[in-house]
Amino acid sequence: MATSTVLIPPRHYLNDGYGIASWLLTRDHKRIALLYLASVTLFFFVGGAMAVLIRLDLATPAGDLVTDETYNKLFTMHGVMMVFFFLIPAIPSVLGNFLVPIMIGAKDLAFPKLNLFSWYIYVVGGLFTLYALVTGGVDTGWTFYTPFSTVSSTTNVVPTALGIFITGFSSILTGLNFIVTIHRMRAPGMTWFRMPLFLWSTYATSLIAVLGTPVIAITVLLVAAERLFHFGFFDPRLGGDPVLFQHLFWFYSHPAVYIMVLPAMGVVSELVAAGCRKPVFGYSFVAFASLAIAVLGFLVWGHHMFVAGESVYSALIFSILSFLVAIPSAVKVFNWTATMYKGAVSWETPMLYAYGFIGLFTIGGLTGLFLAAVGLDVHVTDTYFIVAHFHYIMVGGTIMGYLGGLHYWWPKISGRLYNEGLAKLSAGIIFVGFNLTFFPQFVLGYLGMPRRYHAYPPDFQVLNVLSSAGASILGVGYLVPMVYLMWSLRYGRLAGSNPWGAVGLEWTTTSPPPTENFAETPIVTWDAYDYHAPVEGHVA
Amino acid sequence: MSPEAAHHPHVPGLAHHFDSLEQQTEATTLGMWVFLVTEVLFFGGLFMVYIVYRTWYPEAFAAASHTLNITLGTINTAVLITSSLTMALAVHAAQLGQRKLIMIFLIATMVLGAVFLGIKGVEYYAKFEEHHVPGPGFRFEEPQLAAHAQIFFSLYFLMTGLHALHMIIGFGIMLFMLGWTWKGTITADYYSPIEIAGLYWHFVDIVWIFLFPLLYLLGGRGH
Repeated sequence: MATSTVLIPPRHYLNDGYGIASWLLTRDHKRIALLYLASVTLFFFVGGAMAVLIRLDLATPAGDLVTDETYNKLFTMHGVMMVFFFLIPAIPSVLGNFLVPIMIGAKDLAFPKLNLFSWYIYVVGGLFTLYALVTGGVDTGWTFYTPFSTVSSTTNVVPTALGIFITGFSSILTGLNFIVTIHRMRAPGMTWFRMPLFLWSTYATSLIAVLGTPVIAITVLLVAAERLFHFGFFDPRLGGDPVLFQHLFWFYSHPAVYIMVLPAMGVVSELVAAGCRKPVFGYSFVAFASLAIAVLGFLVWGHHMFVAGESVYSALIFSILSFLVAIPSAVKVFNWTATMYKGAVSWETPMLYAYGFIGLFTIGGLTGLFLAAVGLDVHVTDTYFIVAHFHYIMVGGTIMGYLGGLHYWWPKISGRLYNEGLAKLSAGIIFVGFNLTFFPQFVLGYLGMPRRYHAYPPDFQVLNVLSSAGASILGVGYLVPMVYLMWSLRYGRLAGSNPWGAVGLEWTTTSPPPTENFAETPIVTWDAYDYHAPVEGHVA
Repeated sequence: MSPEAAHHPHVPGLAHHFDSLEQQTEATTLGMWVFLVTEVLFFGGLFMVYIVYRTWYPEAFAAASHTLNITLGTINTAVLITSSLTMALAVHAAQLGQRKLIMIFLIATMVLGAVFLGIKGVEYYAKFEEHHVPGPGFRFEEPQLAAHAQIFFSLYFLMTGLHALHMIIGFGIMLFMLGWTWKGTITADYYSPIEIAGLYWHFVDIVWIFLFPLLYLLGGRGH
């Protein structure tokens, strides 16, 4: 750890104004990142509370806790909150917002006002959705399949759809801001291939957000118009095609999976390099793998419709394309592993999350191949196998990456160190709780338990109880970091500018950084992850 | 103020986080282009739905298209293309720093846009009168095509409605540009806001250039 000369810098972004207005009207990307941190955390815990109720209800075969209507609303609102209001914005809007300008040596994002505006859009979209929740909820599943969502459901589909529509523009504008910033705001000498890999994956994510999100926006608008004005787009009575809705929905929502996981992959690249004191193995492969995932991600949506009347030829093509996504994903996993080989592998908290990510993402990715295979997919479609698979990607992947990143950059964000012992403990609790929650669901799904059912045969109870027990452990695991991170804000030891002895522009400025990020614009003459030279100011 | 303001002498229009006006112009122009890409995908979803149903139900689409007022549609197309011309002239005037001309052309663009929306309103009103608005009150002259025609009109109203909404947003942008020009922010050295507003306006026009043939000119009108 750094020596005792660590001082808090006299002037930094957190003490540059204290009033409410200095936060709500800020244009500083770092403060906006913290606004997002607070709001996505809120949605995470609201969505998490729904998950707790779902798992409690499923502890008994008859589902004694809530009625079946309530159960439908619970899993719908859980999905909507987690996907649109936590997983999609979390890493780009919190860590991306904080880090993108600093990592390229810029003073701010290209459009600071637009950045603040994006946060307000997110909040307005979130309020619509919370309104839908408190006035009765919605029961269509987060996928809003027609004609149930347009004709049959009597719940709050329109406010929820509008909430998603509005929030979509927040992710479009954030993506736009990142793309322009990375193209036009890089410091002298910061070439594309000197950028940290987090930026490559943020860039790829932004491309998906900009190209895909408008399609979901128009799709939910069609659903809302159909409900509100009796327009007919997907109504079979008029000759409309409900499967067309599914195509439009998944044209965005499959790439959205990569919006969720690509930023986490970027975080893991940073964690692995810093945790192993080595450059990431095969830098350009990892960089281009991000772009390859972004491109291929747009070509695989049809695998969600293998059982929805898709022609066998389309199914074949979509199956092959889905298998192809495994290649860039595997490139990343192999390259992280190769980075660790003969590295000075650390066991500090961020690295624990990186290990967790790599293992769990691999399981999630490999089970994805099961689902890309048409024959096997027909067998497990709409079972808990699917639920387990995407939770391994989204919770095991994205949330592990998010928490790892949050711990790694926390000293930079707050200027203080958290309690390492508690952090390691909670990383362990999360890993155990996660696997206990979701691994039994693979088995349940394979045995044939359908997803989204309120009750199940008693034979499935043991596995369901295991899963529910795991969920309660996982819940505790998520609460502990809340406590010690908040505690560290006031009582944590001062971090100094580079507590990990890592390289990268963000570690060359003070912690917390000044409002304009750097005392003077840095001139970059080195590659990313230049761990060959000893790092100044760090005593291992 | 902040220490970095000392780095460059005060340049009108330059935001603190850019090094030069050139960098700022490049960034804002790229930003608008990326936004327009998003818009293409936004309308693209609608065009996709249109293509699918038109391929499935060509007869009903042609019959429904024939009930639209082609004269008004053609006039509107001409009006909108002219507004693109006045917008282009506003950008040209901005490059030369001719403050008065910028304002004249911006106002001309808005007037033409308002004419377009007025004519569109007349067309909408006719559709309401003819019970061609989708929903329970929908009637169609050829009952066997009524269901599919309703899909056509759903698309007609949503596509032209979203297009009109984009024009209204365009009015807001024009008002900002008028204000900046009035205050003298726009000069021959700093005219990129007008240029970028122009990009947006031309995009909205191009959307109409696609909508007009797809909605009005179906199925051999001339016969």
